Formats: sequence, C-alpha cells, structure tokens
Amino acid sequence: MTRITVTVDGTSYSDEVEPRMLLVHYLREAVGKTGTVIGCDTSNCGACTVHLDGRSVKSCNVLAVQADGHEVTTIEGIAVNGELHPMQKAFHECHALQCGYCTPGMILQAIDVLNENPHPSEEEIRVGLEGNLCRCTGYHNIVKAVQQVAGQDSPVEQPEGATAGVQS
Amino acid sequence: MIPAAFDYLAPTSVADALAALAEAGDDAKVLAGGQSLLPILRMRLSAPEKVIDLGRIEELRGIREDGDHIVVGATTTYTDALASDLLREHAAVLQDAIKEVADPQIRRRGTLGGALVHADPAGDVGAPALALDTEFVITGSAGERTVAAADFFQDLFETAVGEGELLTAIRIPKHTGWGAHYEKFVRVSHQWSIVAVAATIRVEGGSIAEARIGLTNMGSTPLRATAVESALVGVAATDEAVREACAAAAEGTNPPSDLNGSADYRRALAPILTRRAVLAAAGA
Ligand SMILES: Cc1cc2nc3c(=O)[nH]c(=O)nc-3n(C[C@H](O)[C@H](O)[C@H](O)COP(=O)(O)OP(=O)(O)OC[C@H]3O[C@@H](n4cnc5c(N)ncnc54)[C@H](O)[C@@H]3O)c2cc1C
Ligand code: FES
Ligand code: FES
Repeated sequence: MTRITVTVDGTSYSDEVEPRMLLVHYLREAVGKTGTVIGCDTSNCGACTVHLDGRSVKSCNVLAVQADGHEVTTIEGIAVNGELHPMQKAFHECHALQCGYCTPGMILQAIDVLNENPHPSEEEIRVGLEGNLCRCTGYHNIVKAVQQVAGQDSPVEQPEGATAGVQS
Repeated sequence: MIPAAFDYLAPTSVADALAALAEAGDDAKVLAGGQSLLPILRMRLSAPEKVIDLGRIEELRGIREDGDHIVVGATTTYTDALASDLLREHAAVLQDAIKEVADPQIRRRGTLGGALVHADPAGDVGAPALALDTEFVITGSAGERTVAAADFFQDLFETAVGEGELLTAIRIPKHTGWGAHYEKFVRVSHQWSIVAVAATIRVEGGSIAEARIGLTNMGSTPLRATAVESALVGVAATDEAVREACAAAAEGTNPPSDLNGSADYRRALAPILTRRAVLAAAGA
C-alpha cells in the first residue's frame, strides 16, 4: 500500500491505496465521487474524463498513485452552492444529453476545450471532443451547447470558488 | 479491468531510476505517460512485479536548443511538444504528426519517449522522427549512447533500448524553414493510422531541393521512402511532377493486412498519401 494525498473538488484526501488502483476507482470507491463513470475498458470513450491540475485526462488511464500531490476536479466539483456551471446549464438548455452516461466526461472535456480556445469554430469543437463518445445524441446538440457557452460575452465565467476555472 | 498487483517506485532522478531498474531486473516495467502501458496492464497482457514511474523525474522533461539540434526530454508530453515554438520552427513535421495522435486527454499524459519506445508500427511519431534523422539518447548503468533513427526501430514493438536502459532524450537536427505535412489516413476520427506519411521538404525557387519521407504502418517499423526522396530532388512542386516522383512510395515495404485494409490496399494508398503530403509540405 502507498499513502497518497490528493485534492478532489477542493477537499484534500489522504488514503492508503494499492499502487494498481486506477484514479477512476479511487474517485468512485475511496472518495465517493460516483459522478465520474466508467464507460469502456480501452480508454477510448472519455466518460471518465476529469481535470488533473486543470487539464482533462481519462481517469481510467491514470493510476491513483500518479495523482499523489495533485488536484483533481470531477463533474461534482464544478457547480457552486447549487448553481450549475455554465456548461452544465448549456447542456441542459440545448438538450445535449439523452441517457446521460457520457455527460460527466463530455462536460469536463467541453470546459477544457474552451479553456484552451475560448472561441473555437464548430470544427474545432468537434475535434476537441474526439476522445468522448456519445451513443445517443449524434453530437449535434452537444456542439450547440459548447457554442452557446462560447458565444457569451465572457465565455466560461463561473461562480466564485469554482474549482474548474478558466485560465485567463 | 484492474491490473495485477505490483510494487510502485517513483524515483526523482535518472540515476535512481537506473539503480531501481538494475535491482528489479526483468520483473520491472517503466511507466511514462501510461497511455499504452496502463491498457496493457489492465488487460493483463503484462504483469510486472515492479512499476518504475518516470513521472517525477524533472531532468527528463522539456525541450531545449543545443547548437544544430533540438533536444526533447523523453517524458515531454505530446501537449507540451505541441506548444513548443522550437519544434514549430525547426521540426514542424513532428508537431504535425502529434496533432493527429489520439485525443486531447491522451495527449496530455502520453510522452514522446513512451511512444517511441513502445514502437507500435501504427503509432504516429516514429515516421516523422525517422524522416528528421533523429538521434536517440539511451542511458544505462554503463553510461550514455546515441543511436541513429535507422538503428533505433528494430521490429514490431522492439527498439534499441535494452533491458536496464532508458530512453532519456531525442536529438532532432534542425530542419529550419522546411515545409512539413503529416497525411494520416483513417476511416473515422480518433483512430490509429491505417497508413500515414510524414513529409518534410525544402523548396528552392519553386522546385524541391531536398525531401525526407517517413511512412507509418507500411511494415513492422516506420520506414523511409528513400526512392521517393531521391526522385523528388529537382522536381517542380506541381501536382503532375510530384505524382510521378511519388509512384514508388510502396517500394520495399511490407505492410500488414488487417480489418482496416489488405497489404495491397495499403500499397495502393502509399503513393497517393505521399503525393498529398509532399504537395502540402511544399505549399503547393
Ligand atoms: C485510446 C487510445 C488511442 C490512441 N491513439 C493513438 C494514435 O492515434 N496514434 C498514436 O501514435 N498513438 C496512439 N495511442 C498511444 C499513445 O500515443 C501512447 O501515449 C504512447 O504510445 C505511449 O506513451 P506513454 O508515455 O503513455 O508511454 P507508457 O504507456 O508509459 O509506456 C509505453 C512503453 O514504453 C516503455 N517506456 C516508456 N518510457 C520509456 C523510457 N523513457 N525509456 C524506456 N522505456 C520506456 C514502457 O515501459 C512501456 O513498455 C493511443 C492510446 C490510446 C489509449
Ligand atoms: S472509461 Fe475511461 S475512457 Fe472509457
Ligand atoms: S447521452 Fe447517452 S451516451 Fe451520450
């Protein structure tokens, strides 16, 4: 067992873990952040996407021990005091989900796309989301939701205290 | 899926990593970005007793200029390589290929050294590394040696990096001002290359002065299309002239047959993709 200290959604956790434990299992089973889901066994689908030190990664393809000393943001950490993150709101308003299984990863990756490039073209949005599979929506409304957030005056401005911030 | 249990070591220097490797012998696996190794461990295709993580070794990361070369540390991520002005200016074809690797999340973790040592013939960074005459710096307990690209890739998933050794850096001769393009052929976005071509070209007065062409997935290792490179010298950068010079792109290759295409299909693709890559690299 190895002791790790990881900040998840703003709270610091210290745990003994087996080195073989995947970050996604650590988040779900040790920390209880079951909002982050597992959709595949091949690191293709992106459902498990979280932010590690502010950049998106697939948490099924990172060991928990590799996150020691780092910061993780999950889908559960982007709304503040019950107020949805603008990307969550846009997914809701644009009907960008059906079964919702891909949504946690899709939203975190969509936030990452805008952090890198606040005003992407439709093509850039689609390419930015290429590592996230959705089996329901046909992607169209997902792209619309990202465009809606990008079209606002200050793209991904969010409530104070949110942990998945825009790097200005 | 969950990997078999292993002990985990996270050394903070190359010397400590080499000592750990020497002690563990062939029971150890080195972990860089983990984007190939972790799927392999999860599927239990490999079950090492020890995993030695290079991720905490600062000296292995980063990109710098050294005279006529650009030196890229082995654990530099794809994302950091994409952001590098030095690579954009002096080794553009490598960046063009990296843009086509996997997806943004995997590019955040995956490293150039990990991809090169993994040596998947469908991987995208081998061909541009070969086209750029990259030198590979390999470090072991006996010290450091430098291997030419032509000797680095030995077979399917096999390189010149031996047991107890690490790839510590690659040294890329500057190709300043060369045009570049990576033409990747896939059926869907987010797929490994069926075939791809890395072309970097020096154009002088409207015709091609020098050309370097690397082929992805046309054999068990990345290959140089040397016949095309010679045929392109002195050729005008026009569709017709380049088409003719690229006709021999599949010469001497031994491509695989799989669900995505037969060997013959790949041989038919190679000249077409090479022409596209060369014309784009030449700005035509
Ligand atoms: C879904 C998915 C899609 C992908 N698509 C593509 C694609 O389109 N194109 C493409 O090119 N690649 C693709 N990849 C693979 C990706 O590029 C990997 O990141 C890369 O192959 C390995 O780099 P890494 O740093 O993650 O290495 P790791 O996975 O950590 O290691 C890979 C191997 O190299 C060894 N190793 C690593 N570093 C060193 C070193 N410095 N010295 C000695 N040995 C070392 C390890 O022991 C291991 O055997 C994809 C991967 C996934 C999961
Ligand atoms: S569960 Fe991680 S990519 Fe599918
Ligand atoms: S909404 Fe069902 S997978 Fe995307």
